[in-house]
Amino acid sequence: MKTLVQAIEERARRVGRDVQFMEVCGTHTMVAFRTGLRQLLPANVRLISGPGCPVCVTDVNYIDAAVELCRRPDVIVATFGDLLRVPGSDSSLERERAAGANVRVVYSPTDALALAQECPSKHVVFLGVGFETTAPTVAWSICCAARDGIDNYFVLCAHKTMPRAMEALVKDQQVKIDGFICPGHVSVITGAAMYRFICEQYKIPCVVSGFEAWDMLKAITLLLQQVLDSRAEVEVEYSRSVTEHGNAAAQRLISEVFEPYDASWRGIGTIPQSGLAIRPQYARFDAARALTVRFGEAHVPPGCRCGDVLRGVLTPLECKLFGRTCAPVHPIGPCMVSSEGVCAAYYKYEKRVAA
Amino acid sequence: MCLAIPAKIVELNGTTATISVDGALREVNVSLVEEPRLGDYVLIHAGFAIHKWDESEVKELEAIRAATDLREVLV
Repeated sequence: MKTLVQAIEERARRVGRDVQFMEVCGTHTMVAFRTGLRQLLPANVRLISGPGCPVCVTDVNYIDAAVELCRRPDVIVATFGDLLRVPGSDSSLERERAAGANVRVVYSPTDALALAQECPSKHVVFLGVGFETTAPTVAWSICCAARDGIDNYFVLCAHKTMPRAMEALVKDQQVKIDGFICPGHVSVITGAAMYRFICEQYKIPCVVSGFEAWDMLKAITLLLQQVLDSRAEVEVEYSRSVTEHGNAAAQRLISEVFEPYDASWRGIGTIPQSGLAIRPQYARFDAARALTVRFGEAHVPPGCRCGDVLRGVLTPLECKLFGRTCAPVHPIGPCMVSSEGVCAAYYKYEKRVAA
Repeated sequence: MCLAIPAKIVELNGTTATISVDGALREVNVSLVEEPRLGDYVLIHAGFAIHKWDESEVKELEAIRAATDLREVLV
């Protein structure tokens, strides 16, 4: 019997040429770095990170809007922890909190909803950032607020969806993608069938992977085998959690509350039908509309290359700010500050100084 | 952030369940999974169960985690 690593080495030898597989999930990025599995891969198999970190692809002007909201005395901003330190144009939620603003870190949108019930005189605004895994939980909170008349609960919505972004990366052609390692828990919600169009239209193999290093190595083995066989199919490595059609209840919730729109991804630009906007019938829970939030221009800090890093065009080591002006203690862009950011991963697990 | 730790349902009350991860307890919403039962293992994300695992799937995960050296894992 072979080991998994031997299976990869043997297939990589037979493939011969250089291949690049892209993962598009922040947790896959972290697993790949944290477990050292990148060092186990043969020289001709390269793993690149795409825009899989939802915090990292959120535009600066969203952070600025959240900062403006938390400065209002009648607002409590409730957020997932990894948004706290992301720099906006001139501040961050963490800095505002230190200056006395009411910013609360929550684990779930249900916590934000409970907060709204506990503080009826305040507007509680939950920062809705995340992909298809998180969107149904936020949708649930909005449905619950509607059902129970919790009219001081709002969501500032920046949810995004994966398929059109993956397609945009392929069509961009700036990065060679020989296969996708598809996100695990997004796929639990959406089902693996969602990726089939990438295989059929663009002839790129897609393997849905779990989150153990073993899972990712297995997924790479499957991708290499597809390359050898000249196949482009959707395969599910993460079969213990992912089915063909996904979680129907979660999908129903998403379509009940949200509708697709052309969203702006930091550093990538607008990708058609890649975002989720709150539907008109739930507009009263949409912080942007109900609380008159103005989104300013999205200014990217000078020298920040997060956008190119997120598309896989650049590694963090090739960014001139990496390890110098941009480091975890004083981040310039979200890729360095997010717990799933590629730059943070490089800084922590690989090198600390730019090339 | 995607964590895939099997969480066991130890209490159930309509759409709310108490789950245990190695003894650490948390309340989660189970309205997104079909017919949750006491003793079921579920996958949790942002305070919601998004998938129910059967016993063979939990065993598969435990076997994977038991492997300590990636270079020695057999296929």
